[in-house]
Amino acid sequence: MSAEQHIKLPEGSIEKTTTTLNLGPTHPATHGVFQNIVELDGERIVSAEQTVGYIHRAFEKIAERRPFYQITTLTDRLNYCSSPINNMGWHLTVEKLLGLKLPKRVDYLRVIIMELARISDHLICNSVVGVDSGAFTGFLYVMQYRELIYEIYEEICGSRLTTNMGRIGGFERNFSNAAWEKLEKFMAEYPAVLKEFENLFTRNRIFMERTIGAGPISADRALNYGFTGPNLRAAGVDYDVRVHSPYSSYEDFEFDIPVGSTGDCYDRFLVREEEMWQSMRIIEQAYRKIQDMKGAEAEVYHADAPEYYLPPKEDVYTKMEALIWHFKIIMGETQIPPGEVYLPVEGGNGELGFYLISDGGRTPYRLHFRRPCFIYYQAYSELTKGAMLSDAIIVMSSLNLIAGEMDA
Amino acid sequence: MARPVRFNIHPIKADIKNNIGMADMPEGYPGEGFFATSLSTVVGLARKNSLWPMPFATSCCGIEFMATMASHYDLARFGAERLGFSPRQCDLLMVIGTIAKKMGPVVKQVYLQMAEPRWVMAVGACASSGGIFDSYSVLQGIDQVVPVDVYVPGCPPRPEAILDGFMRIQDLVGKESIRRRNSDRYKELLQSYGIQ
Amino acid sequence: MPGTTLSNETIKERLIAKFGEQLSHFEEPYGLLTFEAPKEMNLKVLQFLFDDEELRFRFLTDLTAVHYPGQAGRELAVVYHLHNLVDNIRLRLKVFTSIEQPDIFTATQLYSAANWMERETYDFFGVNFVGHPNLKRILNVDEMDYFPLRKEYPLEEQTRIDKDDAMFGRGELPAAAGAGPAETPREANEPRTPASGTPGEGPQKQDWDTNTTKVS
Repeated sequence: MSAEQHIKLPEGSIEKTTTTLNLGPTHPATHGVFQNIVELDGERIVSAEQTVGYIHRAFEKIAERRPFYQITTLTDRLNYCSSPINNMGWHLTVEKLLGLKLPKRVDYLRVIIMELARISDHLICNSVVGVDSGAFTGFLYVMQYRELIYEIYEEICGSRLTTNMGRIGGFERNFSNAAWEKLEKFMAEYPAVLKEFENLFTRNRIFMERTIGAGPISADRALNYGFTGPNLRAAGVDYDVRVHSPYSSYEDFEFDIPVGSTGDCYDRFLVREEEMWQSMRIIEQAYRKIQDMKGAEAEVYHADAPEYYLPPKEDVYTKMEALIWHFKIIMGETQIPPGEVYLPVEGGNGELGFYLISDGGRTPYRLHFRRPCFIYYQAYSELTKGAMLSDAIIVMSSLNLIAGEMDA
Repeated sequence: MARPVRFNIHPIKADIKNNIGMADMPEGYPGEGFFATSLSTVVGLARKNSLWPMPFATSCCGIEFMATMASHYDLARFGAERLGFSPRQCDLLMVIGTIAKKMGPVVKQVYLQMAEPRWVMAVGACASSGGIFDSYSVLQGIDQVVPVDVYVPGCPPRPEAILDGFMRIQDLVGKESIRRRNSDRYKELLQSYGIQ
Repeated sequence: MPGTTLSNETIKERLIAKFGEQLSHFEEPYGLLTFEAPKEMNLKVLQFLFDDEELRFRFLTDLTAVHYPGQAGRELAVVYHLHNLVDNIRLRLKVFTSIEQPDIFTATQLYSAANWMERETYDFFGVNFVGHPNLKRILNVDEMDYFPLRKEYPLEEQTRIDKDDAMFGRGELPAAAGAGPAETPREANEPRTPASGTPGEGPQKQDWDTNTTKVS
């Protein structure tokens, strides 16, 4: 009896010819909790079904019960790798609703913080793409510089990761000398580190063969799926919210938008690398602009809006109006006008939108977060159709899926 | 208001002479060529310095855990070099981050797959008690589904806090009696969670 | 910044020219043109905005819903945010429906992005999107039988026994109405005073030793 006769199965005995593999909510490849049920034909993926919601924390419902300044802590936990961007986005939304105008220095400080957050987000994504393709060293190396970014956050707001940074109307305190020294150290040392990180991966043959051609998407399909951010720019569309709908004085800065061509993992990696270089450029311009400010303009760190921004304690103890404003702000009884506003900011993953409907009460009537991760994860089955299983893993990590933002 | 800047900007020179820590010897009877102590102590000493943790990282605390694993706040110094992602091979289940009600059965299933002796560490406010998310979809603490040994508070806890929690687990592991897992009280504890 | 030859007035004129009186409530809160369409026409309006060579609203930014319990017959509003990337103009379309029959035509044929956004809206508000390929819950547990973001449902979970509602200002204190728990945990831990209150007898001592564990 030959081996083939022994192995061959009678015709039609097994109905299903594909294997179901559960890349379950806990898996080393899923950085965050989302599930992928993949149908495999050997090593090739026939179809994939995604399940999300394993970390649904009901942000939108909680936000209906919190005064406006308490929602900042909720927004931290959306895309927690770059939480200052979420915080600033929320403050900008409320300031748009209230009609507050901010001084330039506040805008430039916000720009520095948001670009640092973008660098820290892209560092995690790129180094994790490296880890998933087997290169652990890059991750360990750049985490040192993320620690330095965390120290800068600590000097400004006290916390490393979920920063709750800034207030409606500006910052809670001026940047200290220690913060400026750490920022200067970062600006001096980081470019060399980024160059070295690039050298490890960009022309590395193994990395290129792993990532080129993995999970490509055309620009039309990407737009139809609602992609934004680096994933869309890798597909060839140069849509960046900082340029299209500038906020926080981004129009004063000069920077380029890197764009890819095929939208595969290699393009996404390169787009994020280049965005980090552009972020460094923006930080240097903002730093120089702030250092050039002189006199009273150089000391301002918040808008002059005592109804919404806590007045200084000396005034609270001596003046009646300041006392009333302090009381009203702390109790959450400030006059918020009714209205609806939608404000997009460029988060680490794309257009993070805040849709706020206020009815004049102390809490929002409805707050909806337009979360880029949630919207582009639905394209995953199209991205991995016909790909090998290991490509699917690389695609998942190169999309920069952050579970907190996906489920909110 | 300026405050003196230390550490990363102006580092203090390390003083090697006064900086050597010595580990304590367990209690026992030394002699020439032998050291007599109880079996629990030796087993505990061996186990605590080579725990294999399973990081069940879900959200923001997971990023702080990644920072703990990285070279600045190295977790590998404590013997936890090998992180396992399969619960069958791990001793310590570190639940790091918010657990939603949808995820609760998954935590239970992972816990059930671990072999005795196993320890559970709840890292972060969300895993300990639901954290800031007092909402309909968040499990208010993983001790609703699995028995927990150490809780590390914080939102997120600093890496030093996670390391402190890990050292407390090491204390528990080192001092655990080898009869504990068969005792009635432990069985009652598991019964109360519906685990046989 | 890309050119902005298209303006809100032009969009409004083109829409009214095509659909006439059926579109209503044209407003511009904070510069974003907002209007309302009847729910049967939502796909027609979206298709027109997509196909028209001047309007070119080919990007669906956001799809969500709002619950207004006060407006009878128009309780649920489904809100579409559209974006014209070439001319850089945004638009907001609102479609109202009643809560007894919240059926809205799905936009998944036109925008693949609407797939999960509509599932999320169904999950939170119960809006039934007619023609959706896979309308089931996405973020909440599958067994949930109510739609949590509607205004009548509370934020916290109701079956919780460990949080002390009375202390947090929710629910009733036990003595006031008989519906609350028999005693709050704080009271359970305090030593009880004897009911008769004879002088000289102090409060009963709690047997704290039962709480300590005996080491075997």
